[in-house]
Amino acid sequence: MLDVRDLCVHFPVRSGIIPRHAGFVRAVDGVSLHIQPGETLGLVGESGCGKSTLGKAIVRLLKPTSGSIHLEGTDITGLNQRALRPLRRNFQMIFQDPAESLDPRMSVQAIIEEPFIIHGLGDRANRRKQVHELLDRVGLPAAAGERYAFEFSGGQRQRIGIARALALKPKLIVCDEPVSALDVSVQSQILNLLVELQRDFALSYLFIAHDLSVVKHVSDRVAVMYLGKLVELAPAETIYRDPRHAYTKALLSAIPSPDPKVKRAKILLEGDVPSPINPPPGSAFGHRMSHPRYAETIGADLSLGRIAPGHWLAADPCCISNEDLAALRKGSGTRQSPA
Amino acid sequence: MSPPADIILEVDKLITSFETERGMLRAVDQVSFSVPRGKTVGIVGESGCGKSVTAMSIIRLLPQPAGRILGGQVRFKGLDLVRASDAEMQKIRGGDIGVIFQEPMTALNPVHRIGRQVAEIFRIHKKFSRRDAWDAATEMLQRVRIPDPEKRMMDYPHQLSGGMRQRIVIALALACKPSLVIADEPTTALDVTVQAQILDLMTQLQDEIGMSIILITHDLGVIAETCDEVVVMYAGRVVERASAADLFDHPLHAYTRGLLQSIPTLETPSKAVLQTIPGMVASLADHVHGCRFCQRMGRRSSVSNERPRFAEVAPGHWAEICPLCTSQ
Ligand SMILES: Nc1ncnc2c1ncn2[C@@H]1O[C@H](COP(=O)(O)OP(=O)(O)O)[C@@H](O)[C@H]1O
Ligand SMILES: Nc1ncnc2c1ncn2[C@@H]1O[C@H](COP(=O)(O)OP(=O)(O)O)[C@@H](O)[C@H]1O
Ligand code: SF4
Ligand SMILES: [Mg+2]
Ligand SMILES: [Mg+2]
Repeated sequence: MLDVRDLCVHFPVRSGIIPRHAGFVRAVDGVSLHIQPGETLGLVGESGCGKSTLGKAIVRLLKPTSGSIHLEGTDITGLNQRALRPLRRNFQMIFQDPAESLDPRMSVQAIIEEPFIIHGLGDRANRRKQVHELLDRVGLPAAAGERYAFEFSGGQRQRIGIARALALKPKLIVCDEPVSALDVSVQSQILNLLVELQRDFALSYLFIAHDLSVVKHVSDRVAVMYLGKLVELAPAETIYRDPRHAYTKALLSAIPSPDPKVKRAKILLEGDVPSPINPPPGSAFGHRMSHPRYAETIGADLSLGRIAPGHWLAADPCCISNEDLAALRKGSGTRQSPA
Repeated sequence: MSPPADIILEVDKLITSFETERGMLRAVDQVSFSVPRGKTVGIVGESGCGKSVTAMSIIRLLPQPAGRILGGQVRFKGLDLVRASDAEMQKIRGGDIGVIFQEPMTALNPVHRIGRQVAEIFRIHKKFSRRDAWDAATEMLQRVRIPDPEKRMMDYPHQLSGGMRQRIVIALALACKPSLVIADEPTTALDVTVQAQILDLMTQLQDEIGMSIILITHDLGVIAETCDEVVVMYAGRVVERASAADLFDHPLHAYTRGLLQSIPTLETPSKAVLQTIPGMVASLADHVHGCRFCQRMGRRSSVSNERPRFAEVAPGHWAEICPLCTSQ
């Protein structure tokens, strides 16, 4: 369905009064992953680690610096906007704050109808009917079409955003923090809707969120990202039960449990997320922890390798056990994109 | 009547309203709760339910002139803050009551160095000399575990990360060893690993200084991990109040139960249908005589035109009760 290899998105940094080139933000730095039809891949990591940039590059709202993106076998990496247009209907993106992506001057009908018009599909009556069906599908009354997006609550606006994304029956939707801004009672409504739509339309999701409980709930597999790179990827159940990377462990231990009887031992990290501008040359997380083996990681291959079926881990001596490291080094032949 | 000795703050039937184009809006409607000495009381509820307005009413920082306290008392160490003079309030804020907001930049001045801002607290509230204030500020940064405090004193706020800035705000709030700290969503803008650091820091400082904390959050996980007692608010009212253990163990009000059941936890089966609370949070602008939650559930309140009674159902466990929705 989706196959991403060695994807890099670097932004030039300009500084000074006369803007001049001052290096790169390595927002996404060598990410490989794939998503199967009907599957949800969860993507977690701290803010600024590159999740949104990865998502936007996948739906080609951004141009990758290098690497490749194949969607159903078609290489979309280098296509220009015109060549992308007929393919766009297959992949959509929904955002944290739907208000930003919904034009306040357009009625809800016009917003949802727009993709049909862009793609020259259906006549007026037909489009109207489709919009009503979509509104119904996402749990909004047909009358909502006559109103403007700003008249709706956050949860309802997210429903409008979902209806628009669904309009052309996409195969993949990148969901970028779709419930982060919503109250919990509304969040669960939207999560239920997304799960239901996935089942009915065999949708694939790349589901980006910082709430790890939410990610576990919706995902089949979960990828953990740290400073532009994936550090671990495994089936959802596995990664929560048996995390192997030090960063994954810290992240999971930090989730506050809504049960006062559960007292998880927290792994408290020192310091902050390092900057993706001129990142440390070796293991970024090893650097943050001032790990004694950090020097070993400079220039080393820290890409993901397989330690168990479906369980991929960065071969980083600072962050994983010696056994896992030995296993990864021994099987370095299998070290390629998580398949 | 003054509060019992082990109660540091007592909010009693507090009513706060806003003047809006649509008329008077009761953002806080007869809210009562108390804060025991050295303990943490959480206030939880969905956005717009009145958590921040409750906090702002306590420290008398309501947006003016729209916001007004119409009734009730806020008893803090023998003083009714609702009726205290502005001068008294100025002394208390940042002195005996520290305040931490979600966005650290609301408390920090972007054009002044960190050191100057923290030192200023000691100069104003403790009348320290310039020199002593600077030393006290450095020590305070150390207390909130900021690495290299001498160096950071010379930084401007924008040079620090969100987590470090929130530590500075905590340093400001705790500088005068307050008896009470009000923290309004102090970790909501932070990443979960940084949130864990900040909550851990607040708990440690509570052990050292012994202050009480009012922790406002919409995150039931944060409540469960840090609070001794919990106040659940819905549409401007307290619908339930209990120790954290009791509240999570047997929530009484339908709204509390709805909230608890709608969050996925690590134990929830993957992609299972989550419980939802139908409808939307009630709009405060609509006048409701009966129960606001009944209104949301689209049912006629059994006590139709009356507000349900708020009663102590079990020792220390209070809830709005009425036969329709509160099970026991
Ligand atoms: N258009 C851009 N130009 C320059 N830097 C950018 C741009 N977009 C994102 N970045 C930087 O890339 C990094 C990753 O950002 P982002 O993908 O938004 O992270 P996340 O979604 O994980 O919070 C950040 O350091 C961010 O500042
Ligand atoms: N400055 C204001 N003017 C008018 N209404 C306000 C103002 N501030 C808050 N409110 C209203 O008070 C209610 C409670 O707000 P608040 O206490 O901020 O909620 P929260 O629980 O999210 O902190 C909201 O419904 C809001 O509309
Ligand atoms: S049944 Fe009673 S307590 Fe429950 S929501 Fe209605 S009035 Fe409130
Ligand atoms: Mg993002
Ligand atoms: Mg608030």
